Amino acid sequence: MWALPVVLRQCLWIMAGKVKWVTDIEKSVLINNFEKRGWVQVTENEDWNFYWMSVQTIRNVFSVETGYRLSDDQIVNHFPNHYELTRKDLMVKNIKRYRKELEKEGSPLAEKDENGKYLYLDFVPVTYMLPADYNLFVEEFRKSPSSTWIMKPCGKAQGKGIFLINKLSQIKKWSRDSKTSSFVSQSNKEAYVISLYINNPLLIGGRKFDLRLYVLVSTYRPLRCYMYKLGFCRFCTVKYTPSTSELDNMFVHLTNVAIQKHGDDYNHIHGGKWMVSNLRLYLESTRGKEVTSKLFDEIHWIIVQSLKAVAPVMNNDKHCFECYGYDIIIDDKLKPWLIEVNASPSLTSSTANDRILKYNLINDTLNIVVPNGEIPDCKWNKSPPKEVLGNYEILYDEELAQGDGADRELRSRQGQSQGPRAGRSRDSGRTVLTTWK
Amino acid sequence: MLQEESDLSLIIAQIVQKLKGSNLYSQLERQAWASLQRPEIKLESLKEDIKEFFKISGWEKKLQNAVYGELSVFPLPSHPAAPPEHLKEPLVYMRKAQGSWEKRILKSLNSMCTELSIPLARKRPVGEQKELLNKWNEMGTDEPDLSLFRPVYAPKDFLEVLINLRNPNYENGDSLSFRTHLGLIQIPLKVKDIPELKECFVELGLNTGQLGIDDSTQVPPELFENEHVRIGQKVLAEQDSAAAQQYIRQGSPTALRAELWALILNISSEPEDVLYYEQLKTNVIQHDLLVDSLIYKDVKLTASNDDYYFVFEDYLYQVLLCFSRDTSVLSHFAYNSASPPKSYIRGKLGLEEYAVFYPPNGVIPFHGFSMYVAPLCFLYHEPSKLYQIFREMYVRFFFRLHSISSHPSGIVSLCLLFETLLQTYLPQLFYHLREIGAQPLRISFKWMVRAFSGYLATDQLLLLWDRILGYNSLEILAVLAAAVFAFRAVNLMEVTSLAAAEAVLADLSTLKVMPLLQIFLFATVT
Repeated sequence: MWALPVVLRQCLWIMAGKVKWVTDIEKSVLINNFEKRGWVQVTENEDWNFYWMSVQTIRNVFSVETGYRLSDDQIVNHFPNHYELTRKDLMVKNIKRYRKELEKEGSPLAEKDENGKYLYLDFVPVTYMLPADYNLFVEEFRKSPSSTWIMKPCGKAQGKGIFLINKLSQIKKWSRDSKTSSFVSQSNKEAYVISLYINNPLLIGGRKFDLRLYVLVSTYRPLRCYMYKLGFCRFCTVKYTPSTSELDNMFVHLTNVAIQKHGDDYNHIHGGKWMVSNLRLYLESTRGKEVTSKLFDEIHWIIVQSLKAVAPVMNNDKHCFECYGYDIIIDDKLKPWLIEVNASPSLTSSTANDRILKYNLINDTLNIVVPNGEIPDCKWNKSPPKEVLGNYEILYDEELAQGDGADRELRSRQGQSQGPRAGRSRDSGRTVLTTWK
Repeated sequence: MLQEESDLSLIIAQIVQKLKGSNLYSQLERQAWASLQRPEIKLESLKEDIKEFFKISGWEKKLQNAVYGELSVFPLPSHPAAPPEHLKEPLVYMRKAQGSWEKRILKSLNSMCTELSIPLARKRPVGEQKELLNKWNEMGTDEPDLSLFRPVYAPKDFLEVLINLRNPNYENGDSLSFRTHLGLIQIPLKVKDIPELKECFVELGLNTGQLGIDDSTQVPPELFENEHVRIGQKVLAEQDSAAAQQYIRQGSPTALRAELWALILNISSEPEDVLYYEQLKTNVIQHDLLVDSLIYKDVKLTASNDDYYFVFEDYLYQVLLCFSRDTSVLSHFAYNSASPPKSYIRGKLGLEEYAVFYPPNGVIPFHGFSMYVAPLCFLYHEPSKLYQIFREMYVRFFFRLHSISSHPSGIVSLCLLFETLLQTYLPQLFYHLREIGAQPLRISFKWMVRAFSGYLATDQLLLLWDRILGYNSLEILAVLAAAVFAFRAVNLMEVTSLAAAEAVLADLSTLKVMPLLQIFLFATVT
């Protein structure tokens, strides 16, 4: 009996060395990962080291009113103003700003072609904010009246509230001049973006698909980001048709699993998901190695450029890291387009394979951002050793890129990650160093 | 010497006869006529000049490829007086066994037909034809009620037939000796041992570069890959089938594979071929066959649920439905031990004039058949080309995997080869598995019947099929099956039931095929 308090004290002492975690997202792929590391679950009011929070919570943590201060041994899974990248309207704004800046400083990256289109930075479909840019949009719409546009609410996810239009009348209520407008200009919630719909997507087996790629950012300045090798393609269950009669059929046009899984033909074994390695094999076999490598190089390029675009405005809080879900569509000319970036990629598993993939994703993420699974110190240099990367590979490391260029030749053998240098020098014949700085 | 010469001239005569009916012949004729306009063709040396012209313009190469193609399926040398059944299968007991197996299959098909009161074939009403034409590219979304259909047979049914196969002239006595074969197949066919396999598959040796091993990311491409790709491009430029076949033994680069396979199989997409495919498509639209439902069911059960192939579901229907109606496939029965099933027009049973082959191509699909087509969808996205490639792969290789014959690439020989390799080189494992009631063939049979399709990751499967084409033999399937067992031997030694053994071998999707083969053949102590 006298041994009991001793045992208790010993337990507390042991627990004191373990990482204390909190989450407000009840997903097994997360919780299993915390538990397998022997971490201890606590509530948010207690002393915690690691908080995997939803985007609502991050708003509270960093809002001016709460005056929350994070200590050196606390890390969270979002950057305070991640919405600069993850809100559809702000992402476009930031990319447009970034392009203009490069153009002003005369950077070769901002080079344009004879039609005025950016050669290297044209990776987001033409987009306007509504209602702010309504008139600009109408001007553009009238230039090609047979085109289709996609309306997306700025703040929603999982395909909610998205619809396609091909006639101006369908978006009358966003017109500022409209007398019937019941629109409230201050409310952010009603803000929409309207983008040119890519109606010539690359089809495989006659079906449309998009790519979901996971990108981990541990710091924005200097930029250090990792790409998860096991991204996947999400296929629509219904055959693609650009026919106008099917504009309302969301099963044809939207690839979000949240929508597809309600279709008649949804299959619970593969969930309509194809590994990116299959895409690569298929494209290499049917289109050739050069164009396939070029496509993947361009995909890496646009991810890095999008991060560089928001890096200056991002609050590079050292307590933060973020794992983004990038959505990319490839058109039938094998050009990739950035559709959007998700701050909270779904951790729900739709199939057994999915569960394994997401479990490993979280596992590899934690290995990189919480070195050795020990209590974090956010002052560390955020440079994990190569062995812990797991299925991640370095996408871009600004510090290394600014170091000696000789390293890169060796690393280029590692498949893709140092990426678009090959593409850039093919295009322009200029040296690698200038394009990457 | 004289015998060889007369054999050779017989073979030449047969091949010439075969080729006379082909497209190539009429093309050559046309080319020869057209060449008369050319200045270098002179009347005095007409024959020589035309031959020279053919050589320069690449037509000789095409002819060479066609002859090479014919030779690859040419039956083994036999007695000139041998009747045609001997070309199909020389051993009588095998022929008889195949015959009774076929009867069983046909009986099963007919009874399903009667039970469900569905005709074997019927003409579609015009409305239905129009509908099908509209839906041609998305037949996967059609959900006809297939619950009453069952596959005519599954690989395990076929295995039981093979297990019970006996040579009536062979008596191996009751006493067990070290020579007794402990496996399921009890047929005395000659199979190769490892030294002979090493000789046969010499290009897979440790000192030869391989795709699937020497192209991994740790190996600098200058060592092997770059040069290999360069040679591949040269082979394609030369358009030489035989060279391509030799080249592909070391594996094919992904970007060149589609063309290389087409070259080896001697497939060129001429307008006539596209037209032929369209004609088959019209047949599908106009008539509905019972086997169509079997095909639908098979695709829905296998490829639609497969992580790699579900994307191509619609292509599978487009290929397999046309395949069933393709009567040109009937010609392969000359060297296949199987014979096409016959059916009779209603009411005229037994009357030869009213007999038709059913299905028109003589091939009744079984459970998993669609998996022969699925991997090809990664290489060819144009339906008529995909179709041609599949058809040629079937009449050269796949038919041997589900017919009873003594051919070294036939499934019986493959099973025996597998079991013999295991018993000879992994006796402890073999004995252990046998003792716990887990005969290895019961697990590996399904891999071999499907040529590993659906079991391996696609990129590995394609590397394996490269070697099938390169060596013009299916023996590599048996070797790989044995190599897989060797690889997982440690875990297998610990299991105590068939179910547990199945579990150890359930997932092959992480296996790398070429290292396994290389180690088994060239690095195992024998």
